[in-house]
Amino acid sequence: MPELQFREAIREALNEEMRRDERVYIMGEEVAEYDGAYKVTQGMLAEFGPKRVIDTPISELGFAGIGVGSAMNGLRPVVEFMTFNFALVGVDQILNNAAKIRYMSGGQVKIPIVFRGPNASAGQLGATHSVSFEAMYSHFPGLKVIYASEPADAKGLLKSAIRDDNPVIFLESEQMYGMKQEVPEGEYLIPIGQGKIKREGKDVTIVAHGKMLHVARKAADELSKSGVEAEIIDPRTIKPLDLPMILESVRKTNRCVIVDEAHPFAGTAAEIGFLIQREAFDHLDAPVLRVTLPDTPAPFAKNLFDAWLPSPKNVIDAVNAVTYR
Amino acid sequence: MSNTVFTPSGTFYKTTDLPAPTKKDHKKLGLSTDQVIHLFKEMYLVRRFEERAAQQYQKGKFGGFLHLYIGQEALSSGVAMVLEPEDDIITAYRDHGWGLVRGISAREGMAELFGKATGSSRGKGGSMHYFKADHHMWGGHGIVGAHIPVAAGLAFANKYNGNGKISTCFFGDGAVDQGALHEAFNLAQLWKLPVIFVVENNGYSMGTALARHTATDVWKRALAYDMDHAIINAMDVFSVVEAFQGFAKKVRETSMPIFVEARTYRYRGHSMSDPGNYRTKEEMEEFRDTDPIERLKSHILNSKIASEAEVQAWMDAVEAEVLDAVDFAENSPQPDLSELYDHVYVENDYPFHR
Repeated sequence: MPELQFREAIREALNEEMRRDERVYIMGEEVAEYDGAYKVTQGMLAEFGPKRVIDTPISELGFAGIGVGSAMNGLRPVVEFMTFNFALVGVDQILNNAAKIRYMSGGQVKIPIVFRGPNASAGQLGATHSVSFEAMYSHFPGLKVIYASEPADAKGLLKSAIRDDNPVIFLESEQMYGMKQEVPEGEYLIPIGQGKIKREGKDVTIVAHGKMLHVARKAADELSKSGVEAEIIDPRTIKPLDLPMILESVRKTNRCVIVDEAHPFAGTAAEIGFLIQREAFDHLDAPVLRVTLPDTPAPFAKNLFDAWLPSPKNVIDAVNAVTYR
Repeated sequence: MSNTVFTPSGTFYKTTDLPAPTKKDHKKLGLSTDQVIHLFKEMYLVRRFEERAAQQYQKGKFGGFLHLYIGQEALSSGVAMVLEPEDDIITAYRDHGWGLVRGISAREGMAELFGKATGSSRGKGGSMHYFKADHHMWGGHGIVGAHIPVAAGLAFANKYNGNGKISTCFFGDGAVDQGALHEAFNLAQLWKLPVIFVVENNGYSMGTALARHTATDVWKRALAYDMDHAIINAMDVFSVVEAFQGFAKKVRETSMPIFVEARTYRYRGHSMSDPGNYRTKEEMEEFRDTDPIERLKSHILNSKIASEAEVQAWMDAVEAEVLDAVDFAENSPQPDLSELYDHVYVENDYPFHR
């Protein structure tokens, strides 16, 4: 299997799906002539031409809405946001139109659209450029939400997202675009809603998605040195959530830490924690803990930012707490 | 301290703001007498449908919002007559007229208001969300201005597929103050999208008069984007037909958008709870004389398309159709509780969060 960067895996999924289906097109800021703000769409204009690889003005509300309308009328758009932070000015198109029109029409309309782009923090970019949006989008019925952590997952899930007849939010990370992994060639589809055990272990379950998978892995490697074997579950899809996989692991380890690069209130970690207590209460030997951002915007100063972002040490501390070490 | 008053006091909307109606009669517009009769029956159907709906609402037969189109019927019927059946229509929440001219029957429409399973959206949408997708009627949208970019997207798909279809988008004058309109206008002009944007200017953004909510004339929104534009008299159905014959031909040929300010008047309140204290009785009386249905009726009688007795017979038939629709809605079943989870996602086995 060839080793691909995360951005190349996404590009491979886009290229394959655009070759497969003429109705698929991609639009967004700098996706065509600039070759992608983060080089995800590099070379696509040359292959598919300006009809299907479309540069937009900085007009998220406008082009998100055009994506929705074109999907209602038979196309299968992929809308790239340079980051999901910028999608906020157009989010009404996603939350009210993409997510609800099918329901309000009594099933007359389908909206096969993928909104994709980087999510969460990417270093010292300040408060407005550092937000994790998976909990917000997952709140709304009608959307599916994916946040892949590795190149192979990204390819398999993006191909599934483009073929899905529902609106899908596909979250990436600027800081993971250069990450490499062997990625299966050609037809490789991962079902939306299926998690993956990224590390097997018997002592504690760590649930971590997106960029936080890598923080959890570092923590697990460190914990292993002191004899604690963590099992890492990557849900990969936030909505629908692979709860059975999480519960099976928790019933085995009896302890759980959730790592989430989002604020604590009403976040993904809060939801998963609630579900575990409801479904696996009798299996728990300790309260479920979470490692999240603090309840503050992202700071700029290097020392404050480092303290703000969940670290392997935060995860190790939480694991030590639930294992009473 | 007038320099600290933010919202100006309104000058009021006048019938003299309406452009002069066309001098052409139906023959000069290429309309057959059957088409004229169809227009009359359809506009009268929309009128009586809504008057009966209001009555049922006041009786407490259904809840939610009810925004009436009464006074504006010439636009939906005139436009629907000109467009090809596969051309797209999308509108805001004052949508009953648009649904009824695009394939929603009086029965389906009334049942939707009543929240019944036999409604056009199976009771899932209500008054503001009429859809008839297989007739290219794409809603019925409740957030002011939010469907304007969606209309550009419908047109984008038509252009992408090269199918020669055009899209039309209707919204109230309140929507011209939304950013969504500006982003959609810029993109539609930039990308040469085959779409006609139409503001149904009825003089009021809910209860705020035109002069109190927009800093310039509405049609001038087009100037910033070099967009082709026009002002039409939408109280006269022949004026609507004439104008849209031209607009549709032009957009089909050039694939360039047009912004149309269709001047009209809403005889009823914004919604059923409207106090009406923001406009005068005199103004409302003045516009009564421009009633599009009375106007068409006069033409039918004056040009001897039909006699008074024949017109009355059509009106009686429409009345019977509407009463039947009320009966149908009332006697239809509510959606089954199992339908709560239907139509959220495309698949039937989606694992809902519980």
